[in-house]
Amino acid sequence: MRPRLIVTRQIPAAVAVRIGAEFDCPWPEGRDMDAEEMLRQLAATKADALMISSHMKFTGEVIGRIPDHVRIAATCSVGFEHMDVAAARARGLPVTNTPDVLTECTADLTLMLILTACRRAHEYDAIMRAGWRRGFGLGEMLGTRVWGKRLGIVGMGRIGQAVARRARGFGMDIRYTDQQRMRPEIEQGATFIPDLHALLPECDVLTLHAPGAPDGRPLMNADAFARLPKGAVFVNAARGVLVDEEALLAALRSGHLAAAGLDVFRNEPAFDRRFAELPNVFLTPHMASATVETRTAMGMRALDNIAAVLAGRPPIDPLWI
Amino acid sequence: MAKPVLLITRHLPPAIEARAARDYDARLNPEDTPRVAADILRLAQGADAVLCCPAEKLDGATIGALPATVKVLGTFSVGYDHIDIAACRARGLPVVNTPDVLSVATAECCMLLILAAARRANEGERLVRSGTWTGWAPTQLLGTLVSGRRLGVFGFGRIGREVARMARAFGMEVHYRDVARVSAELEDGAIWHEDDDSFLAASEMLSLNAPGGNATRQWLNAERIAKLPAGAVVANGARGTLVDDEALIAALRDGHLAAAGLDVYDGEPNLNPGYLKLENVVLLPHLGSATRETRDAMGNIVLDGIDAVLAGREPRNLVR
Repeated sequence: MRPRLIVTRQIPAAVAVRIGAEFDCPWPEGRDMDAEEMLRQLAATKADALMISSHMKFTGEVIGRIPDHVRIAATCSVGFEHMDVAAARARGLPVTNTPDVLTECTADLTLMLILTACRRAHEYDAIMRAGWRRGFGLGEMLGTRVWGKRLGIVGMGRIGQAVARRARGFGMDIRYTDQQRMRPEIEQGATFIPDLHALLPECDVLTLHAPGAPDGRPLMNADAFARLPKGAVFVNAARGVLVDEEALLAALRSGHLAAAGLDVFRNEPAFDRRFAELPNVFLTPHMASATVETRTAMGMRALDNIAAVLAGRPPIDPLWI
Repeated sequence: MAKPVLLITRHLPPAIEARAARDYDARLNPEDTPRVAADILRLAQGADAVLCCPAEKLDGATIGALPATVKVLGTFSVGYDHIDIAACRARGLPVVNTPDVLSVATAECCMLLILAAARRANEGERLVRSGTWTGWAPTQLLGTLVSGRRLGVFGFGRIGREVARMARAFGMEVHYRDVARVSAELEDGAIWHEDDDSFLAASEMLSLNAPGGNATRQWLNAERIAKLPAGAVVANGARGTLVDDEALIAALRDGHLAAAGLDVYDGEPNLNPGYLKLENVVLLPHLGSATRETRDAMGNIVLDGIDAVLAGREPRNLVR
């Protein structure tokens, strides 16, 4: 008999095909459901496994009501802020995420945000959608060239390194901060600056690739933005909580920052609408991993974790051990 | 000694106008009023040099009518389609332009078009700005991964090669099509295609970087688009005339192409209105080289050339 699975969110077609082949699942293509319906379906189908996404608030209360026959809950995301891992651990429920597979996709989007912010892509698009019909003077609507600029990377993990690789193709001079210096083969000539505040004045473009601070305090506050050179460009495709958005709005309005590219916000999807009133920002709806290839890989990774646990093996990406 | 007189037909970046005013008796155009040939002839009276812009058509008659005092003509552009070069040669008037300095900014724009089109950036932008974003969903606005894809570069000149260099940093495999194969050094691992068919079949992403003109007019037509892999992405940061707009619009509409990014248009600043009805296009208003750094570099190189001619030296940016 095939293992029984509940999927609480729509998933890419290729993942649905695998679920249909390997699992007994009432909606292999996934169906958007809330916690109450999820709990009902888990009980009704006597499910062995559960696949969720960051959409599902997997609180201690919800975890406490998961039936005992459910042997693993896999989230189809790299982030797991929506899951109470301690509660899952307390009741012995393995929970997993999908790291690694987002690296290239996120790094691509980061470079895209650097380019679209520097080159004023939002304003250019608005001109086109309004019908254009006039040429520009040679000093009009000029952007910032990316090539040869100094790029600061906050957090030189897998994604930070992938961003650095791409940025070198644009002749960017890379400096970074992290808890510790990387090996030379990872650095590839990038300059290590241990202190964020010492890094900031040396960045024409700054991109964040750090996890959220445990105390929830924003890394980028008014003081930090003030330390960037005038005309700098700020990019965040990592975490909204890293930024004091009031300070970012002020820096964009005053012109201290030339532009920003933002894929994440403190509150999603109810982000601060004042960003949408600014011309010098490029805004995307948390789509760093939004490619068919990557979302498929994420779904497959979640299924790999589920298959491992159901076969009696340890999960590949456990969130608690 | 009085400074030589330089007519600058349009408003240029501040640093360039400052340099011109320092070295020349500069006739500027701070209001940036468009100039036609008759204006230029009038304003050039007594000038030693003229620095014109691509919007101005300087045909044989205009060149012939320029005052005899004019010893050099500069253009604030790489291209010189707007100038009758043969007439300049016949008159012994050297022409200087702005080669090389636009390559990286233009290539940068091509990568922006590829990334933004493949990743549906502007659809995401519109969703966020409209206030209708209802949250992250696993299947929302799924685009195409750029990293690791095959990129076809049509036209492997300076800009095309610069695009190739940037694309390699994304782990892309670069293929190219040009009239002749370039040296191994310039190729840097890119794969040359002798014919369109194999080139198109390889191009999951296609970047147009060829010159305009009759030889390439509507090169990207329905027949060639059909030979691209299903779901391909097309970027044009070169010349609007390279594309058959109706064919491209049809392929974007029926889904054979996933997306396109365009900075140039046939008939610009007008464009085929069909593009404006599509969600899966990223549209820029021909601002591929429009960065402060590039415009300053263009101004400096063209002024270097004018300085050189007036000093009796050979300029390195002489149009031959």
